[in-house]
Amino acid sequence: MPELPLLDIDRLTIGYTPHHAREPVHVVRDVSFTVGRQEIVGLVGESGSGKTQTARAVLRMTTPPLQPLAGRIVLDGTDLLTLPEQSMRRVRGAKVAMIFQDPRSSLNPLMRIGDQLARVYTSHQRISQRAAWQEAIDMLRRVGIAGPARVARSYPHQLSGGMCQRVMIGLALGIRPALLIADEPTTGLDVTIQAQILELIQQTRAETGASILLITHDLGVIAETCQRVVVMFDGRIVEIATVEELFRNPMHPHTLRLLRATPGTPVSAHKPAETVVEEPGVGLRELAPGHFVLGHKLAQEIAR
Amino acid sequence: MGSLPARDPRIYVGGGILLALIALALIGPHFTSDPLMPDPESILQPPSSAELLGTDNYGRSVLARVVGGAQLDLLIALFAAVLAFVVGSLVGGFTGFAGGFVDDVMMRLVDILQSFPAFLLALGVAAMLGNEIRNVVLAIAVAYCPYFVRIVRGEMLAARVTPYALAARAVGNPPTRVMLYHLLPNCLGPSIVQLTLCLGYSILDAAGLSFLGIGIRPPTAEWGVLVAEGTQYVNSGQWWIAGFPGLAILLAVLCFNLLGDRLREAVRA
Amino acid sequence: MYGRSFWIYLGRRLGLAVITLIGAIVAVFVMTHVLPGNPALVKAGVYSTPEVLRALEHEMGLDRPLPEQLALYVVHAFQGDLGVSTRSGHPVAADLVQRLPATAELAVYSLLLAVLIGVPLGVLAAVREGGWFDRVVQQVAILGASAPLFWLGVMLIFVFYVQLGIAPAPVGRLDTGVEAPPQITGLYTVDAVLALNGTALASAAGHLLLPVLTLGFVIMAPLIKMSRASMSSILSADFIQAAYSFGLPHRTVVWGDGLKNAMMGLLTVVGIVLGYVMAGNVIVEALFAWPGIGLYAWNGITGRDYDAVQGFVLLVAATYVLVNLVIDVLYMLIDPRVRLG
Repeated sequence: MPELPLLDIDRLTIGYTPHHAREPVHVVRDVSFTVGRQEIVGLVGESGSGKTQTARAVLRMTTPPLQPLAGRIVLDGTDLLTLPEQSMRRVRGAKVAMIFQDPRSSLNPLMRIGDQLARVYTSHQRISQRAAWQEAIDMLRRVGIAGPARVARSYPHQLSGGMCQRVMIGLALGIRPALLIADEPTTGLDVTIQAQILELIQQTRAETGASILLITHDLGVIAETCQRVVVMFDGRIVEIATVEELFRNPMHPHTLRLLRATPGTPVSAHKPAETVVEEPGVGLRELAPGHFVLGHKLAQEIAR
Repeated sequence: MGSLPARDPRIYVGGGILLALIALALIGPHFTSDPLMPDPESILQPPSSAELLGTDNYGRSVLARVVGGAQLDLLIALFAAVLAFVVGSLVGGFTGFAGGFVDDVMMRLVDILQSFPAFLLALGVAAMLGNEIRNVVLAIAVAYCPYFVRIVRGEMLAARVTPYALAARAVGNPPTRVMLYHLLPNCLGPSIVQLTLCLGYSILDAAGLSFLGIGIRPPTAEWGVLVAEGTQYVNSGQWWIAGFPGLAILLAVLCFNLLGDRLREAVRA
Repeated sequence: MYGRSFWIYLGRRLGLAVITLIGAIVAVFVMTHVLPGNPALVKAGVYSTPEVLRALEHEMGLDRPLPEQLALYVVHAFQGDLGVSTRSGHPVAADLVQRLPATAELAVYSLLLAVLIGVPLGVLAAVREGGWFDRVVQQVAILGASAPLFWLGVMLIFVFYVQLGIAPAPVGRLDTGVEAPPQITGLYTVDAVLALNGTALASAAGHLLLPVLTLGFVIMAPLIKMSRASMSSILSADFIQAAYSFGLPHRTVVWGDGLKNAMMGLLTVVGIVLGYVMAGNVIVEALFAWPGIGLYAWNGITGRDYDAVQGFVLLVAATYVLVNLVIDVLYMLIDPRVRLG
């Protein structure tokens, strides 16, 4: 019997109703996908495709005035969208943690690194300040920061972008969430540092057994780290498949466009999209095992 | 994200007051009695149906005097603020564009001017120049010039390194033309907000100077003068002589503050 | 302990302050000497014959070339010699020192009132941004910024003195017949407490009531605006969002991170507001016949006492420059980004 997924997003719609408008504006429409236990799923799309808001919705922290308008977000059996704020607060950090795009601006510039780590730890566990501080130093060491004790006493502006990102990962790790959402964790970092951060993220999964939802616009990153991929465009999911399957047999036109735009991805650039044919108005269809495509059907069906 | 609601009360209230004031200033005097005409019969009358705002110690209609003052105060504000805006923007644009030593010196000058609170600077200049309307306008303009210099200079510093500026130069335009014609208009956005606010501050400062006897003097009907004249009668309970002119000042400044606030958010978004 | 960049920055700031100060002195000098009219004539007054005038001009140094006069003035200013008041006959510096405590008392209490009410209002409005409280507070701030200071004072006098009889007659710092407590700080309220003099304390406090309310309310407006803006921009910062996402409670995030970061900006705000206080002093002291440096300056202007006016303006500029310098240095000490950068 297949295991219940850790995260099950079901027909999620996010939007808002502008002043004096009758209809709400949707930025995310009818999004459904799952993240299994200990799985790394990539959420990929161009800017404005709605991937960040989808991720933030899991934390119930969509950017105002946007909010979830319909659907369910089921984490470990509980629909997060129906929880009262009090309970949601206990979910944040403890069950789901998120790393934001710009690590340096995610840290309080006026607080020492160690203090910021320690107080997140103390708010989730019953430990003393001193123990939390020690744990902070340990965590800094585990995420690969040299001289952790010194760094703990430093301020964010004294660290490089890569180091800040490691701190964020350490923050998230320390509370051992079941699901870690990483929003563009490598954007803006040097290529060599990117590789290190990705490796660190995978190490995290190995050590803590967390599932990871990796958001990015870079298919190269997906290719390296993820097991499954969800492709979004204009607020909707257009394709879901395993990484191998997606690169071997991309079906949706937008996916193809993305692939062509990414240098070095393992697919022939001008693969003709013969295998599918457009079928507007239809939702996600499983056109191959585990491979879902939006609004298309297999060409060979028509030949019949 | 999203635009500000069009039905912002600030626009309505601010704009409404402004229109009313302008109307009052332009055509009001036709409908009121002569502000300079004393009437010994009705001295110090409280507001009534006959005289909406009461009469002062000469029997003059407070309403007439307030309406008469509207034109003067609005004009002073207009001239002072626009003068500060024009001179300040030109200087700021020039010094921002020129950079280097010129910029350093100019910024030191601006620092020195801004080491005095604006009102005190205007006070000093007005005191030195004498009690004339023109001097009040000059004094206030001098006080607010530095703000415009700073704002426009800041914008110009950013603008002069844009590809747009480089392209204008590359095509062969002389630097002065590039600065004045191409770049400066784009730098004026934030200072328009400041201009609106300055209109309000100018009225406050002009009235304040007059109240102290340093700006405009009686019998010229300026709102600050009117408040000053009415102050002594407050002790015997005649509050309306000072009260209503001051209220007029408040409303005038309020409308500029409201509009300026709204403008600031619009420029930022 | 402090990085090398710290000392360089400090040195540069000090240098700038000195230059600004000298510039202010020059500006004041230029302004007063642009004026038509002869200070010697004013000083001689009734006794002016050509010989007396010439002698006076020589004594006052008016016959020397202007740049020399300027240089002399600057040198004297740095030594504390600001000339002599033609109305009081005393050195201007002495006059100012004598009157300073009155202005200081007024300024301190007004600032306290404005800060203690204005800052919490602004911060709270930012925390409940968009709510009814926020809207009300913003309206109050806009009204306060629009009200003319002198009018407000007059209206308060009318309501509280004339109509309600709560406040004493708006003249001076004490009721007639009440003696000032022995001077330790020059602030009557403080000195009265130190001397355990209840009558003096009550009298001084009563006379402070209206002027402080007037000045305090007007400077409260910009304080509300600035503290609200500061808190609001902090609360929309990324690190606040990040803190929430890690499950930190609302209370900790807003009142811990948010407030602490916003208060960093408070010092600059105080510096700016101090300028408004100094400007408002003149009007308030003129209206309430408050014997401080503002009234002194006003009398000097109307009485053509140039040295007195010059001295006052210089004092204001010097205070402003000094206060901003101190604030900058304080920032260097407490903001880790500057201290360790």
